[in-house]
Amino acid sequence: MSKEEKNVKRRDFLFTASYTVGAVGLGAVVWPLIDQMNPDKAQQALATTEVDISQVEPGKSITVLWRGKPVFLKRRTQDEIAEARAVSMDDLPDPQKDEERVKEGKDEWLVMLGVCTHLGCVPLKDKGDYKGWFCPCHGSHYDLSGRIRKGPAPKNMEIPKFEFVDNNTIKIG
Amino acid sequence: MSGHEEYKPKSKAGKWLNDRLPLLTLGAHLTDYPTPKNLNYWWTFGGILTFCLLTQIITGIVLAMHYVAHADLAFASVEHIMRDVNYGWLIRYIHSNGASMFFLAVYIHIFRSLFYGSYKSPREVIWIIGLMIYLLMMAAAFMGYVLPWGQMSFWGATVITNLFSAIPLVGDSITTWLWGAYSVDNPTLTRFFSLHYLIPFLILGLVVLHIWALHVPGNNNPVGIDIKKPSKDTVPFHPYITIKDAFALLLFMIVFAGFVFFTPNVLGHSDNYIPANPLVTPAHIVPEWYLLPFYAILRSVPDKLGGVILMFGAIFILFVLPWLDTSKVRSAVFRPIYRQFYWIFVIDVLMLGYVGAMPAEGIYLVLARVGTIYYFLHFIVVMPLVGLFEKTEPIPMSISEPVLGGGAELSLAKKDNGKI
Amino acid sequence: MEKFNLAKIFSVFLIIIFPNIVNTAEQTDPIKVNWSFKGLTGKFDRASLQRGFQVYKEVCSSCHSMQYLSYRNLGEPGGPEFSLEEVKAIAASVEIEDGPDSQGEMFTRPGRPSDKFKSPYPNVNASIAANGGAYPPDMSVLVKARPGGSNYIYSVLVGYEEPPAGMQLDDGVYYNKYMIGNKIKMSAPLLDGIVEYSDGTEASVDQMAKDVTTFLSWAAEPELEERHRTGIKVIIYLILLTVLVYLSMKKIWSRIDSEI
Repeated sequence: MSKEEKNVKRRDFLFTASYTVGAVGLGAVVWPLIDQMNPDKAQQALATTEVDISQVEPGKSITVLWRGKPVFLKRRTQDEIAEARAVSMDDLPDPQKDEERVKEGKDEWLVMLGVCTHLGCVPLKDKGDYKGWFCPCHGSHYDLSGRIRKGPAPKNMEIPKFEFVDNNTIKIG
Repeated sequence: MSGHEEYKPKSKAGKWLNDRLPLLTLGAHLTDYPTPKNLNYWWTFGGILTFCLLTQIITGIVLAMHYVAHADLAFASVEHIMRDVNYGWLIRYIHSNGASMFFLAVYIHIFRSLFYGSYKSPREVIWIIGLMIYLLMMAAAFMGYVLPWGQMSFWGATVITNLFSAIPLVGDSITTWLWGAYSVDNPTLTRFFSLHYLIPFLILGLVVLHIWALHVPGNNNPVGIDIKKPSKDTVPFHPYITIKDAFALLLFMIVFAGFVFFTPNVLGHSDNYIPANPLVTPAHIVPEWYLLPFYAILRSVPDKLGGVILMFGAIFILFVLPWLDTSKVRSAVFRPIYRQFYWIFVIDVLMLGYVGAMPAEGIYLVLARVGTIYYFLHFIVVMPLVGLFEKTEPIPMSISEPVLGGGAELSLAKKDNGKI
Repeated sequence: MEKFNLAKIFSVFLIIIFPNIVNTAEQTDPIKVNWSFKGLTGKFDRASLQRGFQVYKEVCSSCHSMQYLSYRNLGEPGGPEFSLEEVKAIAASVEIEDGPDSQGEMFTRPGRPSDKFKSPYPNVNASIAANGGAYPPDMSVLVKARPGGSNYIYSVLVGYEEPPAGMQLDDGVYYNKYMIGNKIKMSAPLLDGIVEYSDGTEASVDQMAKDVTTFLSWAAEPELEERHRTGIKVIIYLILLTVLVYLSMKKIWSRIDSEI
């Protein structure tokens, strides 16, 4: 290798190293600028809401706000539960048993995020072809278990993490 | 913007675009731009200032996503940024220290211009645009300091807006108009926030003009002589100047990072961590360090209107500096007398800054008055007279051939026409 | 050519900005304490933070609010780092007003980690009225709001003395060697053994003052440890890149016959 070639090599290495190290730094600077838009610590901490359900009659539902979204709490009648469980899995775009969507022994309580899985509107209760919910934005029909039956929505309405603190209180989150 | 051959894009697509919008020509102009090869590190502050401006804009946009411009919520929202927002503390400390770093750089940039006569013909317009940028920077910095709504925010805003009440007849109306209330209050805060967001983009526009105006005559240089472009006295901007600017910028960033990570509040005032209280004025109201010399000038005059006039005069006299300086030679390197006055002037401004931070009494008041008088004497008396009577030292013919040509024609700051 | 002396200019510059930082009021300089959280790699002493929180809770919090802190902060990294259970228990020991419920009534419930520290008074006026016209400042950023910082807070806590002869003090005003103006409306808050530390540390006035000052320093700058850690990395990175760019620059400028 001639001296000149060595020089060129060294120069190339230097430039590549400078560019690489510079690019890494630039990447490291970009992350905080992106991450600052993610939910902050205060948002992350507002995780739970407790709901008093003692006043809800069978067949009625209430809506509460959790993490800025509506949560539907519906106390279903025995007829409604039976109807939801009679559905064949083949009729469901997103097959899921009603039993999987409620807490065992508390199967009259359907607790789900009241957000249409299509584009995030809030469905109307007691509407639609399946006696459950109907989203007015783009015509998605949900049944008595909150499962998608007809329309553009791809998935059943989401069940949040929740638990029964006692017989009259549900803790969401 | 002349001296090199017209740029022709190589690719078809490039030619198509360039025929419609000559972006590639602009890019080529900027990279090939012939720059004097003897620029020293004082010339790297232009690039550093661009970095400062962009840093302030980017971090500022981010902060505005979380900040709440309301008198009841502003202080709490800043604490929210510091405590809860992901990397909020980092972004805010970069922004607040960034303001100081910006002024540090701009002062070096201005004093470099003063030393090497960069404001002289044919670069007067660059100088004037630069001063407009500096004025806008002060406005932006002042309004930004109000936003956290701490004690210094509130009382700084009160004192500065009250300057306008010195104007005869309409002063009080103007002050009330600025406030949108009968004191500094929520309407004042919200409008300051709006303007604080606007001004950096005005600065950005002026920076484009500043650089455009620079690229017409080209850079001044430490020797201060006019040079042929391109020639063996020049180098292409890229990679020679870009790499040098990058090196200087990195050194600057190390200092910057030192402040942000290890002493983030040292340049601020502790009173600004006390929420604004319209009933209690802090014992010492001082502006941020970069405004202290002007604050000293303001306080040195025992008359309200007089103080305000002198303070603004101290800035506006800079606008006519190119015509107050009668010297035919640009660079102080070849001006033995001016060189000494230059350093006296530097010390004078530093001293004004020092007394600006001190209580306006006793020896400090005396120093402030002496400093103020000298400040104006420098421009009104020293600059014209030294230029007329000074015997300048021999000037080299070119940068690469440091032959002392003696003939001053080559190195004159031409005053008569725009020919370069 | 005239040589600029960068060091000289910079030192003058520092002299200029310093008076801005240092308070010029006439008072005794605060005691300098060798805090563990000062310096480039400074970290808080966890045990001291936990004890300091106890002092705050049992002594200061009856008058001083800390409205920008949440109970969850006590468990976050870089702070006292109480366990999740401890944080929940601390929060639950406080009754927080919440509401309105579905009937439109306000109600109280045990605190949760996401709640802000409960303030001792409903508003500033109530706190002024209850303290004889003196307003006990919020302590969230108190350390940053005083020119002497941690040293000053510590000094005031241990600076109670008999007033010098001839000094007249009104009722409810106390002499403090380090307080700005030497007069303070807070009576000496710490007495030996006023709290009982569970870790067996002796609760002397000096120890409690150090602990609670450490706690307040963290409260004002909860990001301090992360800031120091990140800062070291950033500066090492910048130095590395600076060296690389410097060598590249030398290389590039060697192509032409000129000094950089």
